[in-house]
Amino acid sequence: MGRTLAEKVWEQHVVRRAEGEPDLLFIDLHLIHEVTSPQAFDGLRLADRKVRRPDLTIATEDHNVPTVLGPISDPVSRAQVETLRKNAAEFGLRLHPMGDAGQGVVHIIGPQFGLTQPGMTIVCGDSHTSTHGAFGGIAFGIGTSEVEHVLATQTLPAYRPKTMAIEVNGALPYGVTAKDLILAIIAKIGTGGGQGYIVEYRGEAIRSLSMEGRMTVCNMSIEAGARAGMIAPDETTFAYLQGRPHAPQGDAWDEAVAYWRTLRTDDDAVFDQVVEIDAATLTPFVTWGTNPGQGAPLAAAVPRPEEFADPVERSAAERALEYMGLTAGTPLRDVEVDTVFVGSCTNGRLEDLRAAADILRGRTVRTRTLIVPGSMLVKLEAEKEGLDEVFKAAGAEWREAGCSMCLGMNPDTLAPGERSASTSNRNFEGRQGKGGRTHLVSPQVAAATAVTGKLTAPADLA
Amino acid sequence: MDAFTTHTGTAVPLRRSNVDTDQIIPAVWLKQVSRTGFEKGLFAAWREDPNFVLNNPVYAGASILLAGPDFGTGSSREHAVWALQQYGFRVVIAARFGDIFRNNSTKMGLLPVILEARVVEELQAAVAADPTVTITVDLVERQVRLGAGAWSFEIDDYTRWRLLEGLDDIGLTLRHADDITAYENGRQPWLPTTV
Repeated sequence: MGRTLAEKVWEQHVVRRAEGEPDLLFIDLHLIHEVTSPQAFDGLRLADRKVRRPDLTIATEDHNVPTVLGPISDPVSRAQVETLRKNAAEFGLRLHPMGDAGQGVVHIIGPQFGLTQPGMTIVCGDSHTSTHGAFGGIAFGIGTSEVEHVLATQTLPAYRPKTMAIEVNGALPYGVTAKDLILAIIAKIGTGGGQGYIVEYRGEAIRSLSMEGRMTVCNMSIEAGARAGMIAPDETTFAYLQGRPHAPQGDAWDEAVAYWRTLRTDDDAVFDQVVEIDAATLTPFVTWGTNPGQGAPLAAAVPRPEEFADPVERSAAERALEYMGLTAGTPLRDVEVDTVFVGSCTNGRLEDLRAAADILRGRTVRTRTLIVPGSMLVKLEAEKEGLDEVFKAAGAEWREAGCSMCLGMNPDTLAPGERSASTSNRNFEGRQGKGGRTHLVSPQVAAATAVTGKLTAPADLA
Repeated sequence: MDAFTTHTGTAVPLRRSNVDTDQIIPAVWLKQVSRTGFEKGLFAAWREDPNFVLNNPVYAGASILLAGPDFGTGSSREHAVWALQQYGFRVVIAARFGDIFRNNSTKMGLLPVILEARVVEELQAAVAADPTVTITVDLVERQVRLGAGAWSFEIDDYTRWRLLEGLDDIGLTLRHADDITAYENGRQPWLPTTV
């Protein structure tokens, strides 16, 4: 019987297999940031252990950094960033600190450098590591104990998750983005639908996506509970990679591409579960609740809790509406927004900024609007194209690279009761700041919302 | 990691689904570089509500959390596990867990027990009716017991053994250092390095 893409990549990385034990899996790339690593380095020191493969490890500062120029004012945040710098120096790791041309959100810089390649295993102490699966590898988030484990051994003991295919048939209609697609997928299968699975996204609509779009889709796999999401590499993948600083060159490139072409699910392979989505029926999608599965088409209304047959979902909806300050039955287009955030590992790449700029060009924002490039390189490229001027002319703030308002940890936060339209990945209670209310949207909907002050699709703009 | 064999204690019912790790410990608490002191941040936002179940003095000292389905979704922050442990929890029982949270728990010796939603609700009701009632979570027998009731739970043999013995995962892996070296020697030469 044939094998799925996930099985092929997994098998390629098994260091040791023994009856009754998890596989010992080799890790090709370990990404590090300031928040989930300090205690891991402490653990290494306590046990007098070294980093086994500094050459397969890269660190950046992203979660806890301000996105305006200048030093970190919060002494606790500053100490954490300084701790990463000390650890990187002590253990001999490459670090891209604030202000460095290579700095950026950890899941933006891996692909940008060409370090993220098909068929690799990639981990990071961050759940959105699933982003890297867009290149056809297995990439997943880990906790600090496992960060320490990978630092010390370059491996992880793990059981292979089950496999799920999400087949997105047909073509996405004009104006419907990768973000709308993944929000619709999560609403369909739920926040627990992917638990215990590696998801492979397949089908015509997936093949038609750019690498940026594929990363957006894989990024949010974790919001459906999946350990990882992946997409088989193809010409789009190879074209993105070729010429990047860490991509293979010359004969090695040809050799690598020949191998990468084998990284596809065999026609006779069987998935443990298959979910089908009809792309043609999708429209711009937003969340109304406090988990990423609580979403609906923008054209719909805030749902009535009694519409949910499952009592657990019903009480979750009641609670979410209360937290979000929403009345059931209100058209989502009537929901007024205070702040718009464009950025994050979900939607902080150049393509996302271009999409937002196309809508904001010649228009004026009505909301506080933060545009935050995912990396310093994205910032540089955007400025070369003049996107920063478009944003500033529209009245939006053009910031330095970082996680920014995605997670309520650095200075970019919502005030209690403040409502955002955000291109990030989580609408949890307080995620963007205590008491803040988040609607997850695409960059296009975010930009259009900034113009009107209400949740808006670009097609709604005059 | 502390070994876990069997634990008997009182419990607290947390009747909410989709309790993500941002709720268990909000991001502002993640700025610490130490491994201690996170109990103060446990459910920090919810604990501001005097009616939140953890603020009810009848549940003081509870060491078993009876949670709703999809507990520990979202962020990979292991701080969520540290916060629960440092607050005094040894076990979380739920119908479903976020994968990363469950994994992190077993690395630290916080036991995640999966029982059917119906059973978790029964346990929650029993504890709500009498908060002094104790629950026994027996990893040796893979069983949860309350009064005359007993429910089996599944956990893979390897993880169970590691928890029973309180073994350090890294130490176990380093026994296979030769296998790792052999694998490294066979890797494709074009795979990237960060140098």
